[in-house]
Amino acid sequence: MPKLTIDGVEIEVDPGVTILQAAEYAGAEIPRFCYHDRLSIAGNCRMCLVEVEKSPKPVASCAMPVGEGMVVHTKSEKAVKARNGVMEFLLINHPLDCPICDQGGECDLQDQALAFGNDKGRFVEQKRAVKDKYMGPIVSTVMTRCIHCTRCVRFIDEIGGVAEIGATGRGEDTEITTFLEQSLTSELSGNVVDLCPVGALTNKPYAFTARSWELRKTESVDVMDAVGTNIRVDSRGGEVMRVLPRLNEWINEEWLADKSRNACDGLKYQRLDQPYIRRDGKLQPAEWSEAFDAIAEKLNGVAGQKIGALVGDTVDCESTLALKDLMTALGSANLDCRQDGAAIDPSVRASYLFNTTIAGIEEADSILLIGTNPRKEAPILNARIRKRFLAGGVNIGVVGEAADLTYVYDHISDSADALSKIVDGSHPFAQVLKDSERPMLVIGMGALTRADGAAVLGAGYAIAEFTGMVSGDWNGFNVLHTAAARVGALDVGFVPGEGGKDTQGILEGASSGDIQVVYLLGADELDTAKLNDAFVIYQGHHGDAGAHVADVILPGAAYTEKNGTYVNTEGRAQLGQRAIFPPGDAREDWTIIRALSERLGKTLPYDSLEQVREKLRETSPGFGHIDDVAATEWEQFGESGSIEASAFTYQVSNYYQTDPISRASRTMAQCTQDFVMGKTEKATGTHG
Amino acid sequence: MSTRNLAKDQPDSFSFTGEHKARIEKIIAKYPDGYQASAVIPILDLAQRQEGWVTKPAIDVIADLLDMPVIRVLEVATFYTMFNLHPVGKCHVQVCTSLSCWLRGSDDVVKAFNDKLDIKLGETTTDGAVTLSEVECAGACVNAPVVAVGDDYYEDLTYEAMSKLIDDIKAGKTLAPGSAVGRQGAEPEGNRTSLKTDPTQTTPMQDLAVAKQKYEESQDAARKAKENA
Ligand code: SF4
Ligand code: FES
Ligand code: FES
Repeated sequence: MPKLTIDGVEIEVDPGVTILQAAEYAGAEIPRFCYHDRLSIAGNCRMCLVEVEKSPKPVASCAMPVGEGMVVHTKSEKAVKARNGVMEFLLINHPLDCPICDQGGECDLQDQALAFGNDKGRFVEQKRAVKDKYMGPIVSTVMTRCIHCTRCVRFIDEIGGVAEIGATGRGEDTEITTFLEQSLTSELSGNVVDLCPVGALTNKPYAFTARSWELRKTESVDVMDAVGTNIRVDSRGGEVMRVLPRLNEWINEEWLADKSRNACDGLKYQRLDQPYIRRDGKLQPAEWSEAFDAIAEKLNGVAGQKIGALVGDTVDCESTLALKDLMTALGSANLDCRQDGAAIDPSVRASYLFNTTIAGIEEADSILLIGTNPRKEAPILNARIRKRFLAGGVNIGVVGEAADLTYVYDHISDSADALSKIVDGSHPFAQVLKDSERPMLVIGMGALTRADGAAVLGAGYAIAEFTGMVSGDWNGFNVLHTAAARVGALDVGFVPGEGGKDTQGILEGASSGDIQVVYLLGADELDTAKLNDAFVIYQGHHGDAGAHVADVILPGAAYTEKNGTYVNTEGRAQLGQRAIFPPGDAREDWTIIRALSERLGKTLPYDSLEQVREKLRETSPGFGHIDDVAATEWEQFGESGSIEASAFTYQVSNYYQTDPISRASRTMAQCTQDFVMGKTEKATGTHG
Repeated sequence: MSTRNLAKDQPDSFSFTGEHKARIEKIIAKYPDGYQASAVIPILDLAQRQEGWVTKPAIDVIADLLDMPVIRVLEVATFYTMFNLHPVGKCHVQVCTSLSCWLRGSDDVVKAFNDKLDIKLGETTTDGAVTLSEVECAGACVNAPVVAVGDDYYEDLTYEAMSKLIDDIKAGKTLAPGSAVGRQGAEPEGNRTSLKTDPTQTTPMQDLAVAKQKYEESQDAARKAKENA
């Protein structure tokens, strides 16, 4: 291992490490623009120049591998002077319009100009100006500010998997653009905003709404998909201004998917901010006490088995537990959290988790995707698969409709019955899995929501067993959920109890009269027409499908407005934190259920969030390991049955609108227009 | 030079002629499997030879052909100024106005076009016959001033020589490439002024041997002087 000296500190590093990385170990920070540790090295900004003894010129440390005995100075006069020069050149063609730039206050160029810039410019000629480019509804551009670091180009190509940004022209005329200014089609496109070290690419929906220093930053967890991306919610007053990713190597690294980033404007529209009661066929505003009275009156004398409860896709575990306890107290076993009717076996935890873990994907050497399009269902997880793919030496097979997943795969078949051929070993991919050291499979909701979902799950189990996917510390069996609340609710046990009805049963019961009262906790992805005859209590935050059929509406809190626990598809419990208060009379959800239980004479035994969490920890061990994945037993599950020879359809057809928040979001509506309806119109106005 | 963008008016489609298709196959075959993108420059050039300029449909076709993202092809096409992104006249004259050519009278060359064809740099005659473009150093400074028409260079030009060439172009005559004053390659005009000795007698290698010996002798002398002191 090469030994070198950096600023007088002697250090030994792995061969092939760059000077910049070695300096980081040695505790010397080197300024940079183009270098990013998750992207390929470009070495084009020259900001990272350092002095290396015996080298005639300053060296770009990000692109230079360490050598034995090198003596590096990162703060010597020569190094600093070189950076001064680079900075002067960068600023020549930079507009210096910081006061009207959204990046102001969090701009690498601004910060580094402070350290390395001159107090005066010597350049008196004309500055160059570049026409702004259209890049879609997420990314806004002010191209004159671009310093051509090509981070955006490399990100979209390497991580996003769609080579859509490029640098055209050359020299002073280099311009960053998409081909003929088409929209970026990556679900991860918003990340170029974070990567851009200057204000050339900025967050379009957030444009000119706030300065970074006036925002309150709250660390939380995303609920737009089941990945559990770590986020930072930036709010001002009572408004969420934007959402940014937080570093978490196990889950999202430092990326954030577009819906999770930009659906937050949906939190402002269509909100339920006070209770409503349906009177004379119309929903009318009411007081909390009136709403509770109406529920109490209705429930009076209704037998437990005539009550059903469904939990939606973005609900926190505390509320789910509270509702379960309330239902149990009311004598009802008709509970379900599987709105889509997925054939998930709640009795074996390993059967519904992404056991390999997201980071574990990097160790897999063959991957079978069954009825899932991870690019749409979990873009962050898909980026991991792509990362694995780029590392080389992996075989990926897909059973389901062929789609552009940003990596090359073996399209086994559209049709589900191809699974049987893998189970009995007659398809060559079975051998591929068998020969692999660490094979894995991913079953999507598109596969489990079919009528033969249980048999598909059984086939998944059979393949896992037959190809030796579970051994030692490796578990290659995975289910990819699409709902953030799902795994948590399954852990809580929000599934039919003894003789209880499931989603299907509750909906049918509601139309036949077997079920008289239905409690929807944030449940909107249902065939709500079936609920017309029942008395529907809707608790949630948006006036979406569920609220439309409600007889009583209890206004709850969205994920940014409450402290809640969410369990992601891996079975990792994480804590979301409240960034702002719920609007109007809306309340945190578990407190609503707690208050209602008291009114119904079934007071739940907890008065504080901590007490609810205590109860959660008793319910399932996973809640005792916040931010961690608890070990899970591997047992037999699934049914053996025949699988119908029909194509898998994917769960998510429109990535941009999957829940009440994203359906209320204008940005997501625009994305739907652009990408799903396939109508890319150039925006007009100053930033078109 | 300024920002290079694709032309606004574009043809609907593009496809390579059969002859070009065969050449493309040969070009691609020069590169290892999976590296066919390396062929992008020669293939863009073929497209330009076929149409006179690089059209958007051609870029699409090439991206498809080489399995490259279309933006990558656009990057290459906009990087090299040799690719015309806009239609040019039947005869495309590229005049060098960089330092050596300018010192040797490229302004006169340009003036010949102004006078005879009424076009300035960057313009095309109204009948679409001739386009005059300004280029940076054409790499033939020794024979400056220089213009390029197609693949050929016309060198040692003067106002008169250029005017005559323009007449020939107008008359549709085949032009004789090379120096207007009859120089061969980069040799000096008239008689040779240097490298007059017989190269077989004093090769550079022999010179080096002599120099080396002298150097070693002086080193030895220096060492001895030191020892004596
Ligand atoms: S737009 Fe931003 S990220 Fe892209 S090259 Fe320019 S400065 Fe770098
Ligand atoms: S960070 Fe090294 S050249 Fe840009
Ligand atoms: S300057 Fe004209 S050829 Fe070099």
